[in-house]
Amino acid sequence: MPERTIELTVNGERRVVAVEDRTTLADALRERCHLTGTHLACEHGVCGACTVLVDGAAVRSCLLFAVQAVGSEVTTVEGLTPPDGTLSPVQEAFREAHGLQCGFCTPGFVVSVTAYLAEHPDPSDDELRDALTGNLCRCTGYQGILRAARLAAERLREVRGAAAGQPAGDLAATAGAVGGGAGS
Amino acid sequence: MKPAPFELHAVEEVEEALALLAAYGDDAKVLAGGQSLVPMLALRLTRFGHLVDLNRVEALRGVSRTDGWLTIGAMTRHRGLQVEDVASQVPLLARATAHVGHFQIRNRGTLGGAIAHADPAAEQPAVCLALDAVMEVSSRAGTREVRAGDFFEGTWATALGPEDLLTGIRFPVWSGRSGFAVEELARRHGDFALAGAVCAVAVGERGVERAAIALFGVGSTPVRASAAEEALLAGAAIGEVATVAARDLDPTGDLHASGTYRKKVAWVMVERALGRAMEEARGA
Repeated sequence: MPERTIELTVNGERRVVAVEDRTTLADALRERCHLTGTHLACEHGVCGACTVLVDGAAVRSCLLFAVQAVGSEVTTVEGLTPPDGTLSPVQEAFREAHGLQCGFCTPGFVVSVTAYLAEHPDPSDDELRDALTGNLCRCTGYQGILRAARLAAERLREVRGAAAGQPAGDLAATAGAVGGGAGS
Repeated sequence: MKPAPFELHAVEEVEEALALLAAYGDDAKVLAGGQSLVPMLALRLTRFGHLVDLNRVEALRGVSRTDGWLTIGAMTRHRGLQVEDVASQVPLLARATAHVGHFQIRNRGTLGGAIAHADPAAEQPAVCLALDAVMEVSSRAGTREVRAGDFFEGTWATALGPEDLLTGIRFPVWSGRSGFAVEELARRHGDFALAGAVCAVAVGERGVERAAIALFGVGSTPVRASAAEEALLAGAAIGEVATVAARDLDPTGDLHASGTYRKKVAWVMVERALGRAMEEARGA
């Protein structure tokens, strides 16, 4: 099939890439944009490893074709990290609470948890467990992941408390602000 | 990438979509949220030369109320159903939607996509069937309405032809003292249910005056439990109604659950859902 040249906005940067219509957003991110933080395992929407934000909403990038993301803001796990190379509050919490073993599923969890907590700042354990069901970990590290998500929620509430009084942005802006908050 | 090659047409108007479907017939497939179709393409369970992508068609999105009906555009995402209008006007749909997939799936998947896909274990087709929803269907030949009872024909098979487009779904708004409940048993929240039930009841001075019960995950289509509804209207106790609802089911077994077990689960799901719906209606 012929390729077409499209323009994507990824982590705030304009990327011009050549893709086939059938190229998934996940493949375009990894192979054309060289953003290999987005992981691919099942490639049919079950495992959640490839989760990215599209206009602030967490979606599976293996179930979206790259051409469908034209005109949208795509944020990958790389885009959640502050520019100074430190970790975001969610990433920091995963490190501290042993929310990973091999780390393969971690980018998907980090993106999903970041998006979820942006909308649900104070979830119960049941709600957090429910929110985590869309991502699979095959090292069976779910207890650590749950602890990490809970810790991240606490940290983010502190960040938000410190930033209280500032007008709330949209979800994407909130995710970005939260990412940037760690470095400050 | 795993799907076979195709050409994707990102249309912006319904007319463009209808023209493409008319031109390519069954070599074209409508792409809604893609949460079921794209996995099927990736696994090469199916392939098409052309995908008609509706994600840029504004006219197919949104919720509007007219004359006792709530009309929902086919491309309204599941996330867009978790809003006050749907929660207050068609509570059964809002509650069923909370069971659809995971939140990442609900961010992208659409109501029209789920209904046109017609997975027998899906919640929303059962809601359509229970509530006598009306499907609004367009093709180059014109528009028509299909009652939910005539829409679901088998596993992944509906009354939609290759040139048809599901544009909206109309749900009747129940008023008065009514109650609604969805119960399902899934091995993990967000997975397809082993069996489930949706129930709606309205009560008055003479007891139950209106009843709607449908099951999912127990056959090749969602199943309307008409005999059970009649039993409930005639004054039967909840356990008896559940027995009537499950009596004629013959679900097939798979590695997740045997047919016999699914049938037992179906009884329990009806009993629980009906109990909760009745409680809500009586308290209303």
